[in-house]
Amino acid sequence: MTHRGSRTLHVGSLTRVEGEGALHLEVQDNTVTRAQLQIYEPPRFFEAFLRGRAHTEPPDITARVCGICPVAYQMSACAAIEDACGVTVDPRVVALRRLLYCGEWIESQTLHIYLLHAPDFLGCDGAIELARTARGHVERGLRLKQAGNAILDLLGGRAIHPVNVRLGGFHRAPAPAELQTLHARLTHALEDARLTAAWVSGFEFPDTETDADLLALATPGTYAIEGGTPAALRLDGNLSTFPLHTFLDRVREEHLPHSTALYSTLDGRRHLTGSLARFAISGRWLTRPARDAAVAAGLGDPWEGAVCRNPFRSILVRAVEVVYAVTEALRLIETYEPPSRPYVEVPPVVGTGHGATEAPRGLLYHRYALDADGTVTDARLVPPTAQNQGAIEDDLRRTAQAALDAGEPDDAELAALCERAIRNHDPCISCSTHFLDLTVERTRSARTV
Amino acid sequence: MPARVGAAARWSEEAGVPTLAVFKLASCDGCQLTLLDCEDELLSLAGKVKIAHFLEATSAVLPGPYDLTLVEGSVTTPADTEHIRAIRAASRRLVTIGACATAGGIQALRNFADVEEFARTVYARPDYIDTLATSTPVSAHVAVDFELRGCPVDRRQLLEVITAHLAGRKPDIPDHSVCFECKRRGNVCVTVAHGTPCLGPVTHAGCGAICPTYGRGCYGCFGPAGRPGPTGGSLSVNLPALIPVLKSDGMDDRDVERFLHTFNSADFHEELMAARQEEQS
Repeated sequence: MTHRGSRTLHVGSLTRVEGEGALHLEVQDNTVTRAQLQIYEPPRFFEAFLRGRAHTEPPDITARVCGICPVAYQMSACAAIEDACGVTVDPRVVALRRLLYCGEWIESQTLHIYLLHAPDFLGCDGAIELARTARGHVERGLRLKQAGNAILDLLGGRAIHPVNVRLGGFHRAPAPAELQTLHARLTHALEDARLTAAWVSGFEFPDTETDADLLALATPGTYAIEGGTPAALRLDGNLSTFPLHTFLDRVREEHLPHSTALYSTLDGRRHLTGSLARFAISGRWLTRPARDAAVAAGLGDPWEGAVCRNPFRSILVRAVEVVYAVTEALRLIETYEPPSRPYVEVPPVVGTGHGATEAPRGLLYHRYALDADGTVTDARLVPPTAQNQGAIEDDLRRTAQAALDAGEPDDAELAALCERAIRNHDPCISCSTHFLDLTVERTRSARTV
Repeated sequence: MPARVGAAARWSEEAGVPTLAVFKLASCDGCQLTLLDCEDELLSLAGKVKIAHFLEATSAVLPGPYDLTLVEGSVTTPADTEHIRAIRAASRRLVTIGACATAGGIQALRNFADVEEFARTVYARPDYIDTLATSTPVSAHVAVDFELRGCPVDRRQLLEVITAHLAGRKPDIPDHSVCFECKRRGNVCVTVAHGTPCLGPVTHAGCGAICPTYGRGCYGCFGPAGRPGPTGGSLSVNLPALIPVLKSDGMDDRDVERFLHTFNSADFHEELMAARQEEQS
């Protein structure tokens, strides 16, 4: 069906994204009238079954929201419950948490760069196909990803759903000699990360920009990962912060009557979390190797406040963040002092706590209410992909419209371009499901068995 | 969503190369990610099989039939009850991977609750939610050739299952308890030495006893050991004997129930009910 003026385009199974979704585009008289990222992940009801659990359990339970970023869920859960109980953890434990999180950033961002995103720029179906023509590049990607997993394996016990994290810290802190075994590997990984940034900077990028507000955590003095204050950078350059406990007053879901999806908005405006937002808000705190990689990749100088609003170029920012995470992991290992105890006790207190950390794909917020014996009475999770959905759909609309204005793309070309527009944001559909409406059209047939 | 089985059976153009398919139902993606985490083996594996359907890894999608199909996730929607039948029909061998696919996963906690109340808790418009009252393993719907446990599955075990199927032999996946692995690693028993509650004695091996190695008690993410499933096994779960030990280590009834009601709640629940009955009689 390629009637030029009006058409409906439906891609039933998005590929190279985490979780399962579809995209739906309607065009009338060469104008995009509807652009949707649709979700058919079934609901799993985490916020419901967290009620009645012990306050020590959400780190293990919420890890299962997402196999791609379980550490993000564990860290946001710990932060929120420790906040509710008024407990501050040992700075040496905080450093270990940051190291663990660096492992997840390296693993997850590299997975996206090499296995999910790069094939878009090189015209192939996936990394395994890519390996036929560019095996050296793919092998470097797998090696780099494995270096991230090595951190997770050592500190967490395993890479997916780590077992060593607990409320208040870790079950067991590593001996300095154990961490040293990672050091040599990460030194090699730094070179792989630099080469990755150089490699992706040779890709060609469509020229487009998002006008969404950028939202990321900020911690003066460092590139925020495991905590910070929410900071919003508006299109006009205005930067403002707000206290985390007001998060749900500022980031709200809206049910638009013409749409089947729920949207999160920040102060009523479309917003975007993730690599582009972090780079814009925390870029001045990148390490020199990461900053140099950014400059060499053509992103401008983050130390001078460079901002990148082109979602297609997010692959460059992810590569810079991998360089950063490797240098940061090396620093944390070099300065490691074992904590006197691997965890602090977190006695329950009646109250509500808030926690937010930077998952690889953006800001992940948790809120828990506890009663006196620590039973969870209410839980809210706001994953990054649910927040990003409005910006992703706006990208879809803008990208498709630009393609229609520039020429006469056929359905396959338009679909491929739209899939790329979605993949730019590394959406984690498994995570976001419980925030998205599920009344998808049931007429699609593209899901092939 | 209607699942479509390729009407005309089309085999891989590379004749003689077995086809591998990966499908997902309700899950976190972690078990299929385990396949991508096999960094050392991924490219060599890709040379031995034709990856015919693996949405997370490749846009190239071929219709069935498939020689080996891996399924992650549990059945939680009316559409997925149809989808899994179509997957079965398109698969020579169907292997379920992970606690969601083998036991219903954490989302099976709804099986002991009011799912409509769950939907009202989470969603602004629960009337839009199309869900079943239960989360069930794939084996409750179609015949399964092998079940690989774990939340998530273990990387080495996943490779063993794939390799064994390619070689036409039975996978070497022991069904003894975590205790065996713990002893083999030379760990000091966390329960005996520290009074830490541990599900190791009743939990299926496979993880390498990582929790006790890190000083915590096993939390049962591989499900009950020796539980008879569609692919065999013998009932050797010793939960009635373990519950008093958990209690002497400081757990009350609610703690014990929570401990068993996590990633394999549906499987452990039956054991718990049997143990309680034994306790009362």
